[in-house]
Amino acid sequence: MAVAEAVAAPAVQRPSFSIVPVRALPVAGLVLVGLVVSIAGNWAWALDFYHVVGGGLWTGVDLFMGFVIGPAMRKLSIPARIELTTRLMPKTLVIMPTLVTMTLASGFQLARLNGMLSGGYDRHAWVVVSMVVVAVMAVTALGLLQPANIAVLFELRKPQPNPAVVQKLMRRFIYAAAVTGAMQIATLVIMTRLAS
Amino acid sequence: MPPVTELGMLSIALVASGVIYLAAYLPRHAPLAPAVGLLVAAAVVLGANVALLARQPGFRWTRFREVARWLLLVYLVIAGMIEFAFLYDHTHGAVLAVMTLLLVLFMLNVPLIGGFTVAWYDAPVAE
Repeated sequence: MAVAEAVAAPAVQRPSFSIVPVRALPVAGLVLVGLVVSIAGNWAWALDFYHVVGGGLWTGVDLFMGFVIGPAMRKLSIPARIELTTRLMPKTLVIMPTLVTMTLASGFQLARLNGMLSGGYDRHAWVVVSMVVVAVMAVTALGLLQPANIAVLFELRKPQPNPAVVQKLMRRFIYAAAVTGAMQIATLVIMTRLAS
Repeated sequence: MPPVTELGMLSIALVASGVIYLAAYLPRHAPLAPAVGLLVAAAVVLGANVALLARQPGFRWTRFREVARWLLLVYLVIAGMIEFAFLYDHTHGAVLAVMTLLLVLFMLNVPLIGGFTVAWYDAPVAE
């Protein structure tokens, strides 16, 4: 029985790590304070900066995770996956919510200032479609991606992480990342359509 | 596995639909009935989800609380920023009330799903 269990779920080595990289929080806080100041001051350049930089990074990271890291990770050995996961995932817990907040908040404010939210705007339908795409990404990220990310980190902090649980959660994470990646392609089409 | 994640995602989708509906009309005021309907539906789904989770025998509530309280703090900050944007943009009256309640539901759903997922996989039950 003990041998069978050892074969089904071999013990894995994992480096020590923190679930939330606390040192990164002040940076995220500064970014968000700057965002509030930009909105409060109607500072068009800063809003553009936040939206373009945040959106570009968000899209890039999502596509990279969904279509590069995800497939590559599936081919790694279990110890290599765990090593990569413990180094990568805690960082995404701080980076992704910060990028999403800066992109959406500045984007909404820009759309409002530029009159794109108004029903009279000739591409208003595209703006509404972009909101729907964001909603699909939000539901996928908040329902599947983020919980799987946190759960896998909790599992990996155990003295004897269960590889089956890690694999199941990582599979969920990778598929969810692929869905948000696909939605990001839709976002690229909509945003270039709005900007041209 | 109880469908807590699925119901949570449904509730967030209803919240998002309500926000998109109201935002699509800005700066004019949208007829509120559809938004209120979506708000009520999202609240009912959230309530059913909490009830479903409360009836899970052997659920690891300690782990759930450990994760959910931090997620609640994070999404309280994010919801606070969104509320600030609403107030800054002079959203007021019934639209502000509905938007605020939708935000509250959003803010509650995220810790529920996150806390549930971590607690469930912390001591996996045979599916």
